Amino acid sequence: MSLLKRSDHPLARRERWKLGEIVFWVAIAAVYFVFPKSLVLASQILIAGLFALSLDLILGYAGIVTLGHAAYFGVGAYAAGLLAKHGWTEPVSGLFIAALASALVGWLSSFLVLRGGDLARLMTTLGIAALLYELANRASPITGGVDGLQGVEIAKVLGVFGFDLYGRTAFGYTLVVVFALFVVARAWVNSPYGLSLRAIRENPVRARAVGVPLHRRLVTVYIVSAAFAGVAGALLTQTTQFVALDVLSFQRSANLLIMLIIGGTATLYGGFVGAAIFMLVQNQLASINPTYWLFYLGLLLIVITLFLRRGVVGGLLIARERWFLKRAAR
Amino acid sequence: MGPRPSPGRQRTFRGHDVTTTLGVLFDGIAYGMLLFLISVGLSVTMGLMRFINLAHGVFAMTGGYMTATLASRYGLDLFVALPIAFVSGAGLSLVLEATLYRHFYRRGPLDQVLLTVGIIFVATAIAIYVFGSQQQPIRIPEVLGGRLDVAGVELSRYRLFLVVVGIVITLALVFGLERTRFGARIRAAVDQQTVAAAMGIRVDRVFQVTFAIGGGLAAVGGALGVEVLGLDPNFAARYLVYFLLVVVVGGPGSIVGTLIAALLLGVADVSGKYYVPGIGAFVIYLAMIVLLFLFPHGLFAKRRAR
Amino acid sequence: MNRIHRIAVALAAMLTLPAAHAGDTIKIGIITEMTGAFADFGQQMTTGAKAYIKEHGDTVAGKKIELIIKDVGGPSPDVSKRLAQELVVKDDVDFIAGFGLTPNAMAVAPVSTEAKKPTIIMNAATSIITTKSPYLTRVSMTLPQVTSPLGEWAYKNGIRKVYTAVADYGPGIDAETAFKKTFTAAGGQIVGEVRMPLTNPDYGPFVQRIKDTKPDAAFVFVPAGESAVGFMKAYAERGLKQAGIKLIATGDMTDDGVIDALGDNALGVITTHHYSAAHDSPENKAFLAAYAAIDSTHRPNFMAVGGYDAMALIYSVVKQLNGNIDPDKAMAIIKGAKLASPRGPILIEPDTRDVTQNVYVREVKRVNGKLMNVEFATVPMVKDPGK
Repeated sequence: MSLLKRSDHPLARRERWKLGEIVFWVAIAAVYFVFPKSLVLASQILIAGLFALSLDLILGYAGIVTLGHAAYFGVGAYAAGLLAKHGWTEPVSGLFIAALASALVGWLSSFLVLRGGDLARLMTTLGIAALLYELANRASPITGGVDGLQGVEIAKVLGVFGFDLYGRTAFGYTLVVVFALFVVARAWVNSPYGLSLRAIRENPVRARAVGVPLHRRLVTVYIVSAAFAGVAGALLTQTTQFVALDVLSFQRSANLLIMLIIGGTATLYGGFVGAAIFMLVQNQLASINPTYWLFYLGLLLIVITLFLRRGVVGGLLIARERWFLKRAAR
Repeated sequence: MGPRPSPGRQRTFRGHDVTTTLGVLFDGIAYGMLLFLISVGLSVTMGLMRFINLAHGVFAMTGGYMTATLASRYGLDLFVALPIAFVSGAGLSLVLEATLYRHFYRRGPLDQVLLTVGIIFVATAIAIYVFGSQQQPIRIPEVLGGRLDVAGVELSRYRLFLVVVGIVITLALVFGLERTRFGARIRAAVDQQTVAAAMGIRVDRVFQVTFAIGGGLAAVGGALGVEVLGLDPNFAARYLVYFLLVVVVGGPGSIVGTLIAALLLGVADVSGKYYVPGIGAFVIYLAMIVLLFLFPHGLFAKRRAR
Repeated sequence: MNRIHRIAVALAAMLTLPAAHAGDTIKIGIITEMTGAFADFGQQMTTGAKAYIKEHGDTVAGKKIELIIKDVGGPSPDVSKRLAQELVVKDDVDFIAGFGLTPNAMAVAPVSTEAKKPTIIMNAATSIITTKSPYLTRVSMTLPQVTSPLGEWAYKNGIRKVYTAVADYGPGIDAETAFKKTFTAAGGQIVGEVRMPLTNPDYGPFVQRIKDTKPDAAFVFVPAGESAVGFMKAYAERGLKQAGIKLIATGDMTDDGVIDALGDNALGVITTHHYSAAHDSPENKAFLAAYAAIDSTHRPNFMAVGGYDAMALIYSVVKQLNGNIDPDKAMAIIKGAKLASPRGPILIEPDTRDVTQNVYVREVKRVNGKLMNVEFATVPMVKDPGK
């Protein structure tokens, strides 16, 4: 019989929802009431957070570096847009189909991506995203090209909630979807399967020696990550009723990476915190100084990376541990 | 489709003049040389210091803006401005290295990415503030303008100049690495850093000087590139992809690797746009993906031991 | 948890913006590209708008005019739409304006309709934009509008074979279609065509292809600014002028903001456009002086005129409505509005809400030491043929 009670098992402890996490999600839901005029921004932050979460799965937990994750975001976005334009306006099923489409593209690209060293991977992912961008531009009769896809109309969510000017439905819809996917990701990452991913990131040789089927796991996590990114893209299309070529741009992949680094990798929440900080700061700075806000944002990034070694959430977690240690030492 | 039979002496390749093909090839080589000049510093830095300096394009921008300003405000010739550009790029490298970069040698690649992206943003904003957001005009010296007939092919004099400069610098770098004591120190520091330090080589000084040379070269490349690539505050961000491409495909740390990768990609890009303009923009990415598939660690990968 | 507390408060402070709408200000939200690759567009448009305000004062019908400038950063329709929504919901603007790029304007159309805000396009040039909402209007131009006269002019002046090269996006394709239509209708022949990637470091290969095809002229469209400079460099470097291949283009190639950067290579280039800084009229002189008073280092181009005229239109509406902006009444005034713009006379068509204006044929010449687009022929009051 095990010496530990089942609920004391380290994995079980990880699975339990901490107070901070509950506060986090309640606070986000409260935004609906506290900041009713900023719901559009809030929903776009959530979408960016989901996108960053998808990157965290492969980067933070499995150690795969990529500069082209916008590829899957874009596939999902266009899938949702094209579906809606050609008559399939139901949003939730649109999300599923978009997820499938981006998972497929993720699977296909995994053959190229999961080869070679980190740097090669960086450039290959970038190349794939760039190719998709050019492809979408070439196909502008279908995709609308740089100017965007016209005629995207989304039916009411669950037949009741129509997308409105204040972004109320957009926010609620986005929050529900993002939270659901977050719960899935969290459970997955804290499961034995998730731990094996971390083992792969830390020491692939040893992981393989212990019997972890390396390549299969990496392909799986890559596909799941692509699917998550695709849902994020589809959400953006559905909540804005518009999609254009910029969803596949290098800018989007680069901003994503920055957001995740700011927030901290392998913490699940880092993506959301990083997205919130990046987009809020950008929004505020750009209002104050539309021409030179880039300067202050750059300074902020430099400062963050100088002083917060594992991103904002990482830094918070370190601080919390130190606090606990101090308490225990007394 | 094979060459069309044509009367007379004209030989054809895919229906086009051979001279045209040679011209396109030359253009690609010149473009590649320019990429090489700018990127070689990044390759050495990434290979030597394992530091991912995404802000490398900022050194190129410094050289470009320095040259453009000197030319327009003081009427300085390009030839005179080039050494000044080198110094400005080297100087900026030293400053950045001393203040920021040296704290990040042991930090992970993600932190380096965030730092250097921040530097790109700051530099871009400064450039907008000081120079404005439009293109910088540049006047090239008379002797470099126009075309030159070389064996029946009309070549741009400026691009010939680029190729010549590229070759000279490659030779200088390779000679410097292989034949000078400092070069030996660099090679030692790259191949076996701890042992080199144990042997009394001031590895940190080697880093500094190498970084400065890389930055200076990038500045020269940027100055030369204004005529071909243009110059505006977004330069560092826009061309980052190309510099990374060249360095990773060539193999970080290898000068010859960077050169060959740059030439290959330059030729691929230019000929793609000429012969199949419909997918012209694709070609360079396709070429990169194929090359990386075949050589996952770069064409001339340096095997490093610490 | 002090640190978390502080961060939370800071975040909360950032999300709430002051939203007091004083009854005696007219707020105009300008969504434009102030940073990124198209930063020049935003700078021109906003400075042009500010020039108008400086010249005519910031009070109309007893109300103060307030500009709220928002940076959209480049082609980002999701950001553009969000900014429009925030301008409506938080800042309670009376007018929306701006838009250097088509996708940013397209995404905003549903917001203009739902919120009933008159939206004035200062630059974006694709024909269909104004059809997307009854509250959209435009004071800039459309590509078909400024391109069509060029096709006829080219044929009339001895050009029989043309190679078209355009940037591969909406306005570029519009320009290509419009040129081909009028040029072939006049009897000319298109001997080759290419669509070049929008972000393109080196135009060399495309220009070389043109040279090898040996047409009488090359018709080119690239976005104004850095692309034009890049193309011109390639054109000069390959010696196309010496080879007898003329360059004909829309005014985007030689716009007044970048014409100095083009240098002498641009001399002799024929373009058609709706505005030239060389236009000889009292309105243009006043505009140039007002612009220089705010920004003396950069030359204003047609985008600055777009900003300037948008303000003129708004001022006219505010005056006629005596400061009480009812959106439908505003649109009624806008439809059929006539303005004496620095470019010449313009009319906002009542049925399409798009701009009708003179299109000038110009040649690049050096005037008093500066490069200018000198107008030598005028096609009067051209309606947008794209609709």
